[in-house]
Amino acid sequence: MDAIEVRGLRKTYRGQEAVRGIDLTVTRGEVFALLGPNGAGKTTTVEILEGHRKRTGGTVTVLGDDPGTAGRTWRARIGVVLQDADDAADLTVTEMVKHVAGLYADPRPVAEVIDLVGLTEKKGSKIRALSGGQRRRVDVALGIVGRPELLFLDEPTTGFDPAARRQFWDLIRALAAEGTTILLTTHYLEEAEALADRLAVLADGRIVAEGTPATLGGRASAGAKVAWRENGTNRVENVADPTDLIKQLVKAEIDLSTLTITRPTLEDIYLNLIGATR
Amino acid sequence: MTTLALPSTATTSLARGWIELLQFLRDRTAMIFTFAFPAMLLLLFGTIFKDSYNNTGVSASQVYSASMIAYGILTTAFVTMGAGVALDREDGTLKRLHGTPITPTAYVMGKLILVLALSVAETATLILVGLLVFDMPSPDAAHWLTFAWLFLLSTFACTACGIAVSSIVKHARTAGAILNVPVVALNFLSGVFIHPITQLPGWLITVASFFPVKWMSQGFRYVFLPDSLKQYEAAGQWELGRTALVLGAWCVIGLVLCLVTFRWTERDR
Repeated sequence: MDAIEVRGLRKTYRGQEAVRGIDLTVTRGEVFALLGPNGAGKTTTVEILEGHRKRTGGTVTVLGDDPGTAGRTWRARIGVVLQDADDAADLTVTEMVKHVAGLYADPRPVAEVIDLVGLTEKKGSKIRALSGGQRRRVDVALGIVGRPELLFLDEPTTGFDPAARRQFWDLIRALAAEGTTILLTTHYLEEAEALADRLAVLADGRIVAEGTPATLGGRASAGAKVAWRENGTNRVENVADPTDLIKQLVKAEIDLSTLTITRPTLEDIYLNLIGATR
Repeated sequence: MTTLALPSTATTSLARGWIELLQFLRDRTAMIFTFAFPAMLLLLFGTIFKDSYNNTGVSASQVYSASMIAYGILTTAFVTMGAGVALDREDGTLKRLHGTPITPTAYVMGKLILVLALSVAETATLILVGLLVFDMPSPDAAHWLTFAWLFLLSTFACTACGIAVSSIVKHARTAGAILNVPVVALNFLSGVFIHPITQLPGWLITVASFFPVKWMSQGFRYVFLPDSLKQYEAAGQWELGRTALVLGAWCVIGLVLCLVTFRWTERDR
């Protein structure tokens, strides 16, 4: 059974359509990334899947249940990492993790979770006194303390420095290796590329492309750009397969010290995709 | 998949109560304002209005000591609760909890534990000021028994109404101001700030009688003042039965409003 199955999901806010008919399937054990610009409907979609928001139309099944009506046993099986909470400021990291752990049947040990998110040195600090990135790691700790089968991460690394982001990616990979299904939203293309097994691009409330990081938006079949310098002029050719062109160049004994072959980056594909809807 | 049972609502209610208390005790500003304000008002009123009620031997400051308990409970139960739930909705506490298997009952019970602890402390402070500063006589056992049910009904009714009102408070920042409007108005109308209540126009007393504060302050005056003071009440009687009835009705109304209006997240736009 799939972890998440969405058909024709729609959400309207005061007559404004934020989500306009989304189909989405996330299989068990998969890391799935939802990409898209601000206002594309990412957070709305995720909040509907978490059961935090009511949908206007369509069918949604998450871990076999409808999030709109699912009960507390269902909630015990999902983990939610909030995007912008600033609660529990007067509690210490350990106090808060321990409290939330106490709401589950079989939580991870508190010290283990704090260690997993790299906050062992800060475990006695008030949450108020943490930096933005540390604060987000508390959110992650609270999201995974109940051993969720499915974890929702809504823009988890916003405001992280590059080192913290790498560390965070390792954590996500470790959770995925344990078999946790992960739904991630992000602005960062390199994050999606580093973590996701599959991804979808959301623009203006619709999914405009879906695939793996290697194949998204026809990336695999997109042509290669071959560039070199010949007799003092720059030459550029766009070809589907550069093999023949290279053979010709070699035969003609052209100096190839300046040769470059590039394929579109995920970012090129992404910008192209979201640009098309504007 | 694990087959372990989720923790019971009773267990998580206690855990919530502990966390609520811990957070409240660490927020010095809230603590000082909640506790000091009603006690300060009592000291001011009690000092300014010294005259005794005609030939009863009871001073105005003693009357204030009794009535002000209603204001104390209103502050700790209604205001703390209304503002607290609005803040929980705004800072993500409720959203976070809604992502866990906690029951709404456990969340509300946690709040109730906080409110009960605060109300006991607040009421004790006011009674001590009354006993030590204004020589309010200590009541006998039968009166303390009345005090017990009066205190519980008052606290529960105010808490339930506070939670219900929190859903119409949009921003936690403005909650204090919004919630204090009915509180201050009712204190003027209900014989807390101005007593005898019979100085008020009859229709205002009628309006006040629909709300719990009048009955709370009247009940606390019964507990702490001599029987002769009943002549200064609106009906010339202590009306304990009616007090229990009105407060009980407000408990039910508050509870129903709570169930109807409580939501984990901000209203879906």
